[in-house]
Amino acid sequence: MSSQPINRLPSPAKWTLPGWGLLQGMVVTAQNMVQSYYRKDRMTTVQYPEQRAPISPNFRNFPFLCYDGSDPVAGLRCTACSICEKECPPQCIYIVLDRDEAGKSLKRPKVFDIDLTVCMNCGICAEVCPFDSIYMDGQYELSTDDRFGGLLFGLDRLSQSADYHMQLRPEEATEVATRRKAEEDKKLAAQAAKAAKTKAEQEPKAKEAAESQPQGESA
Amino acid sequence: MSLLDRLQQAAPALWSPEWLPRLPQRLVEILLQYFGAPGWLVTLAGFLVAAATVVAVFLSGFALLSLVERKTLARIQNRIGPNRAGWFGILQPVADGIKMLTKEDIVPAKAEWFLHLAAPILIVVPSILALGVIPYGREWVPVPLELGLLFFFAAGTLTELSVFMAGWASGSKFPMLGAMRAISQMVSYELPLMISALGVIMVTGSLSLPAIVAKQAGFHLGFIPAWNLFTPWGLSAGLIFYVASIAEANRCPFDLPEGESEIVAGHMTEYSGFKYALFFMGEYLGLFAISGLGITLFLGGWQAPLPGLGCVPSWLWFFAKMVVVIMSYLWIRGTFPRVRIDQLMRFAWLCLIPMALLTLPAAAIWHYVGGGLLGWLTTVPLLLIPWVILTVLYNRRMAPATRTYTFAES
Repeated sequence: MSSQPINRLPSPAKWTLPGWGLLQGMVVTAQNMVQSYYRKDRMTTVQYPEQRAPISPNFRNFPFLCYDGSDPVAGLRCTACSICEKECPPQCIYIVLDRDEAGKSLKRPKVFDIDLTVCMNCGICAEVCPFDSIYMDGQYELSTDDRFGGLLFGLDRLSQSADYHMQLRPEEATEVATRRKAEEDKKLAAQAAKAAKTKAEQEPKAKEAAESQPQGESA
Repeated sequence: MSLLDRLQQAAPALWSPEWLPRLPQRLVEILLQYFGAPGWLVTLAGFLVAAATVVAVFLSGFALLSLVERKTLARIQNRIGPNRAGWFGILQPVADGIKMLTKEDIVPAKAEWFLHLAAPILIVVPSILALGVIPYGREWVPVPLELGLLFFFAAGTLTELSVFMAGWASGSKFPMLGAMRAISQMVSYELPLMISALGVIMVTGSLSLPAIVAKQAGFHLGFIPAWNLFTPWGLSAGLIFYVASIAEANRCPFDLPEGESEIVAGHMTEYSGFKYALFFMGEYLGLFAISGLGITLFLGGWQAPLPGLGCVPSWLWFFAKMVVVIMSYLWIRGTFPRVRIDQLMRFAWLCLIPMALLTLPAAAIWHYVGGGLLGWLTTVPLLLIPWVILTVLYNRRMAPATRTYTFAES
């Protein structure tokens, strides 16, 4: 059978000495070692507790609740509609609607708990929320020495401001903010139009009344 | 004669840097003589203190090397390495030691507990015994034996026994496999190791290690040290000794007995806690011993590498050479992958042993010709024979036969 040369690594001469490849390998490792002392791009280690690698906007770990303004209670976008609670695959969300004395809904949660031990970070709650209220967080240092209370996140620990969201995921947050702004403007415009309409409707009546009244008085 | 007088009498030799490593031994001897101890007690105590010095030096060397090795390997792989315990990780050996000491000692139910206990102890002993006969300096030979080289090999061979003891006594399959590998490897590599040392013995005419070092004194042409490495047979034998010593010390790329990716940890699988640390200690002490022997045989022992450096204490030269040799071991560990067991055995029996055997006639010719140019001219061709054969074999380009297809068009 005819034999044909197989492809070898390029060698400095046609004939190589036994052990030449070993020496080449040793040169490579020596370069690695020496260059690791002065070339920054060689050392990719991030010294974790002191340094942190920047997290990607696509990174998502645990949900948080978004609120507008500075008051985490008044500005909370959540209306306690319980859609996320029902959609959550491992059912780690627990919501109680807040009501006044008369039993009327206040459209805000009294209790909003997420159990970290159950949550599987799927992000379905953030997808289904119609009120732009729940989003996935970038927080990953959630370990605690209290395995019951420390792992159950209530409203106080879940609430984060809209600014935090902007900082975490600028693109998504800007889009949400402009949309909400537009809706708000639309709503305000509609209200203004409605107010103007009712005012316009009421004005002739008032005029009539005003005209008829003196007549009556005088009569 | 008062104690002060005795000390003053011994002072010039006692306080010189050359004598520094033997200072504790001399002080104990002088003290015992002063208190009128019998001669045998003085000798015994002196040897004990000398042994303690060696053990102390090499155990701290072991601690340091365990850190330096991790740091070097990390740098070779572009990592940082241990840097949490202390400044630049300098306390890492202490942390490791505390961890090893506080770990639970587990003896498997099917283990033979006595052999299981004895193996890690016995693996440290031969390395320390072997370290005792090496001449570290002009004045620092802990045990100046007449048959030092023979003793070194005899003691070093005990390591194999304890490795097999560990593998057998653990009563499980991975240690047994590791021990079998260890036996076949270490027995095979002991041969090239000893044969390559034989040339040195032939030329020196002595088995005494201090005599071997003394033979390598002086310089060729005024600046090339007259070490055995710088002779044709010495270079060949030294390289063979180096490769065989890596295998003897169970180091990468010949660390098959451990083979952590294949057989967990080989003979150390069933060990934990301080017994495991003892295995490591034995391995590193063995590494020190074998590199110390290599330095003694081929690198001129404690001789200075250049003329005019006699003012530096000779034991410093020895340890400088040891640092270089051990760093080269680390370099090799960071570079090469582990070889297969059949490749390993074939390399020993078909390559190293014939080449080592060829250094013997070369050394003999060199000795009777008296070295010099004639020596080079006669021995280099002889030693080049295996290299030429190897080069030809290595450059044979082999490829599978061209495949012909019966039913498909190619």
